[in-house]
Amino acid sequence: MRPTGRADTESLYFDYPHFEAPTDRGGLEARAPVAIVGAGPIGMTAALALARQGVPSVLFDAKSTFNDGSRAICVARQSYNIFESIGAIAPFLRKSLPWTKGRSFYRGQQILEFEMPDSGQEKFRPMYNIQQQYIEQYLWQAVASQSLIETRWQSEIINVADCDGGASLTIRDPMATYEMKADWVLAADGARSPVRKLRGLSLKGENYEGRYVIADIQMDHDYPTIRRALFDPDCRRGGTILIHKQPDNIWRIDYQLRDGEDEAAAISEDNVRASVAAVLQEIGHNGPWELEWWSIYSANTLALDDYRDGRIFFIGDSAHIVPIFGVRGLNNGLADAHNIAWKLARVIQGRAVESLLDSYSPERRGATLDVFANASKSARFMTPPTPGWQLMRDAALNLALSHPFAGQLANPRQMTPYTYAQSPIVAEDDPAFSGGPVPGASLPGAQMGRGFLMDQLGAGFTLLTFDPSLAKDFSSNDLTIVLLDMNSSAAEMLAAGPRTAYLIRPDLHIAARWFNAASGEVRRAYEISAGSVAP
Amino acid sequence: MNTDDIEAVYDHLAKSLDTVGVENHPVLLAKLALLLARDVGDVELVFSRIDEAKANIGR
Repeated sequence: MRPTGRADTESLYFDYPHFEAPTDRGGLEARAPVAIVGAGPIGMTAALALARQGVPSVLFDAKSTFNDGSRAICVARQSYNIFESIGAIAPFLRKSLPWTKGRSFYRGQQILEFEMPDSGQEKFRPMYNIQQQYIEQYLWQAVASQSLIETRWQSEIINVADCDGGASLTIRDPMATYEMKADWVLAADGARSPVRKLRGLSLKGENYEGRYVIADIQMDHDYPTIRRALFDPDCRRGGTILIHKQPDNIWRIDYQLRDGEDEAAAISEDNVRASVAAVLQEIGHNGPWELEWWSIYSANTLALDDYRDGRIFFIGDSAHIVPIFGVRGLNNGLADAHNIAWKLARVIQGRAVESLLDSYSPERRGATLDVFANASKSARFMTPPTPGWQLMRDAALNLALSHPFAGQLANPRQMTPYTYAQSPIVAEDDPAFSGGPVPGASLPGAQMGRGFLMDQLGAGFTLLTFDPSLAKDFSSNDLTIVLLDMNSSAAEMLAAGPRTAYLIRPDLHIAARWFNAASGEVRRAYEISAGSVAP
Repeated sequence: MNTDDIEAVYDHLAKSLDTVGVENHPVLLAKLALLLARDVGDVELVFSRIDEAKANIGR
């Protein structure tokens, strides 16, 4: 929502583009290998990740511009790795605000300061703040310059039916209603996913009690990019407030509504202005400010039982809705897109058996359930659901004023990268290792010369090895081979010996590792993980 | 800890509860539980003491 007198996309700092429906009407009904429904951050990332593998797609969006409002603002390191791998990272690094630190306050007194893990070995910082419309704009710049992606705006999907070896979409745009077949469909059409509804599927899970208003304001306010959480502040007794800095002097303020507080009244402009003013007084901001945009949400943990329905894969919010405390909504969706893209590409190109796709749902749904577990902990602390949780939360906060150990209970424990444990295409770990990242984990960073290990990885699978003869055995393969030195940061990070090898997937997760690698077992693991043979 | 010690704790806690007011009794006791749990340092023992405290409530 925006203040009276301003249209939905009339921002204080961002010019929303206007996209026409397709003007060239020839070929609209031509069959496509992949149709992607929803040109938000997840759909665009999927299209770009497919294009990187050489697979063309048609991208549909019912709107004529980007999503209104800044919505998701915290983008994690893993997501920057993805943006880099799809060739879209440069504008993000110029615009976004990196951060590593959070502070929690109880009744005005600081009770916790936490640092997210970071080091010079990592190319990107643990977290960046940037408004969603910039995320969409920067991805759109990459999509628009990619000839393998055809985007159709103002094009609504009104039916999805199964057809022989694919799905038949019915599309309505301002000029006509037409049908188009696609071999595969990626539904990236958001929390209220029309595709999900058309398929008769529903999200399952829990709704939490807490409701939050999220408001963006513009102000000159002198505070570093540190996430602030205010528990039980004077301006909102019993409630919780979150404050984040964004580019362009924009600040995100989330504040919890009281039990029984009327939702419609709470989101009226006057009430939002009054509530924001009270928060600003609390944090000592006395200067002018302008209201940019606001919205309301409640904390939910909801997901589809299966992220696949025939030829349709659900990616992003269409498959799962998580509470914002974990900042895993957008970040999880981007990982979905990155995960399905390389698998689908290999199947489409005839390089993998179709059963490779069966690994998508367990891997990504597993990641969502992991987020649920963490987010539920956070949600219980932010908005205690029962008197028992409420008492212990209040006791912990009160104790934290004098005993820092209790403040750790307020640590949101955001963004531990997820390890694909229950996956048919991730190998068992080699017990000979005494450290390093395990199969299924996302590859950590390591410095290499003037750059980073990540810069050496290929678009497909990569074999990291310290053994020149193993490297030679695979030189004629479609694997990217990276021969590493034992005296390197990478060797330390990987807990490597002279014959160690790691097999890295296109989505930067570790497929398998061997302390003393032999060619035969590496080849076998590669065939299974890349889908050349069924597991 | 002998009976005299326990009695001293009993007295001190009773007086402390009276100084904070009845509405703050739960939070004081919950804080105390967290502090003592940390001193005990044995999660299983603390769990079993919590369960013992639960027994017979409301009888």
